Amino acid sequence: MNQPRYDDDVVKLFLGATVLWGVVGMLVGVIIALQLAYWPANLGLPWTTFGRLRPLHTNAVIFAFGGNILFTGIYYSTQRLLKVRMWNDMLSRLHFWGWQLIIVLAAVTLVLGMTQSKEYAELIWPIDLLITVVWVIFAVNLFGTIAVRQVKHMYVAIWFYISFVITIAVLHIVNSLAIPATLFRSYPVYSGLTDALVQWWYGHNAVGFFLTTPFLGLMYYFLPKAAERPVYSYRLSIIHFWALVFLYIWAGPHHLLLSALPDWAQTLGMVFSVMLIAPSWGGMLNGLLTLKGSWERMRTDAVLKFMVVAVSFYGMSTFEGPMMSIRAVNSLAHFTNWVIGHVHSGALGWVGMISFGVMYWLIPRLYNRPLWNEKWPTYHFWLATIGIVLYTVTMWVAGLMEGLQWRAIDQETGLLQYPIFIDIVRRLMPYYWLRVVGGGMYLVGMIMLAINYWNTIRSPEPVAAAEPTPAPAD
Amino acid sequence: MSQNGMEGPSQKAYEHFHRKLEGKAALFTILTTVAILIGGLAEIIPMFTATYGPEVHPGVTPYTPLEVAGRDIYQREGCYLCHSQWVRPTRAEVLRYGEWTRAFEYTYDRPFLMGSRRMGPDLQRVGGKYPDGWHYEHMRDPRSTSPGSVMPPYAWLLEWRIDPADITKSIVALTKTGVPYEISEEAQVRAALENQGSQIVANLATQGIQAEWDQEIIAMIAYLQRLGRDGTAVLSGGGR
Repeated sequence: MNQPRYDDDVVKLFLGATVLWGVVGMLVGVIIALQLAYWPANLGLPWTTFGRLRPLHTNAVIFAFGGNILFTGIYYSTQRLLKVRMWNDMLSRLHFWGWQLIIVLAAVTLVLGMTQSKEYAELIWPIDLLITVVWVIFAVNLFGTIAVRQVKHMYVAIWFYISFVITIAVLHIVNSLAIPATLFRSYPVYSGLTDALVQWWYGHNAVGFFLTTPFLGLMYYFLPKAAERPVYSYRLSIIHFWALVFLYIWAGPHHLLLSALPDWAQTLGMVFSVMLIAPSWGGMLNGLLTLKGSWERMRTDAVLKFMVVAVSFYGMSTFEGPMMSIRAVNSLAHFTNWVIGHVHSGALGWVGMISFGVMYWLIPRLYNRPLWNEKWPTYHFWLATIGIVLYTVTMWVAGLMEGLQWRAIDQETGLLQYPIFIDIVRRLMPYYWLRVVGGGMYLVGMIMLAINYWNTIRSPEPVAAAEPTPAPAD
Repeated sequence: MSQNGMEGPSQKAYEHFHRKLEGKAALFTILTTVAILIGGLAEIIPMFTATYGPEVHPGVTPYTPLEVAGRDIYQREGCYLCHSQWVRPTRAEVLRYGEWTRAFEYTYDRPFLMGSRRMGPDLQRVGGKYPDGWHYEHMRDPRSTSPGSVMPPYAWLLEWRIDPADITKSIVALTKTGVPYEISEEAQVRAALENQGSQIVANLATQGIQAEWDQEIIAMIAYLQRLGRDGTAVLSGGGR
């Protein structure tokens, strides 16, 4: 009759949702990749064209897959780090079901073409209000738990969770301010370049505070757990946390380089983006050096494989990003497939791989039984890794090619060397097909995880159950 | 969970301070909030002042009701995901698309639709570049005008109709955001829609295409033909 010390039921709910939306989001990604290589895959229906499915893909992978794995990891680790059950079980449930309701409403409205057309903030205003309510529920629950904690000092993962909750709330509210015209349509209170600046302040910090800081929080909890080693440097975690949260927020205008946005704003965006290398690599190094002495286990432990590749991709994409934010590089890279490659090296490489590592570590522990198939995670790892490489390399090549051909000027005539836009599009086709293959491999890996998850949770629990949720060693 | 280097002779003063901070959740949260607010405030607030924000120009006029309807369809179909509205100030871009985009041209863009990816060409200067019939055919079957295009056909724009009552609500909402419209009644909006739509229908008729003013394709053509024109007029008139 004793209530278990920690609420792991809500963790299991979020984990299941992560698996489901991961498959859906990545499947839609492969479909829209196919649509670029083979236009009839748009199916001739309004609801299935690229223009409607692309926001569905980004929302599904970021907020449905990414969001649910974050909540999985946050609810699991916060309780253990603070040695207390989540503050309020009802709020945990409301958070879970509210978030899933948002996802379902998003899926329906986006395919119907209801959109605010701001990237990663497409959802119409009634759903924006619902997001705000659910976010407040999450925040109250998290801060409530922090308030009743049984451990005086908050571990570094909690710092990152705090920055996540606060910043996403600020970004979401400011960027979504709009005047409704109907239930399904609204117009923003900002116009033109101000609207663009607000949107990319939001958009880049959705990357920064949804896809980076909370995932770093997960890294700080789960990587030392999986490696069974302490975090490499406490000092480094302090410095890179504060530098990261302070610097990241300035970087948005690098999405508007060489636009008519005032020069001072463009330059601020560029300079702060370049400075971001330091705290980003601080996090990467702290992760990688935590594994110092565990490299042997990398050979056999799929969880560690996922995590080390994730942290490596984090390092690579946080080097590439600042480079692309330099005005001269940006003039070549912007608008091209290179940007898509960059995003996916971060999304598939960092966010996806750390999520898979966390999931494979959590499933046996949450359900207190071995994985249904303990070899599949290794196969999944290789499929995903090769898939990412194929994806990013083809997008680099395609991006450089189109970027160079768009700008090439004939030295003799002084005119465009490739004046026909569509000719350049045609040359991209082989790369678009290769991208379908790379993304498809990544999707197959995700489906293997889903099958493994499903068969594991349906397998009988071992008779000699160990302590279900041992508290972490101090 | 132990934290390496936490205690020991090399511990710095700021680590000692931070250790205390980790025990004060409210203060920690406040400091985090301050840290993340500074950059955003520093960049966004000046945009609302005439000195540091985008310049404005009287030569730019609000979108007509039919163009607003077209713009809504442009958003609904996600056109901005493959087409930018943003000519950058480089020689190649000016050669390919025309005058680079000035800030004032976006004055009435709510939301902005500058885009982030060019799967297809930029549309900032597409207004007036092709006849109305070209756009009609291009939406119906993109490969009929652009062989090799990867754009999906948008045949339903020829079937679906715009609703004057619905567009009136858009005009009212846009007026609330500060766009200076002088009409707000459905009858006025309807008259404006029909008037501009009928001109496009007449243009299409000369190209052998039968259409009606309230087809969505007509609103879409109105919007596309409008793009960049105010800016081009101001710039060619020596406005800057």
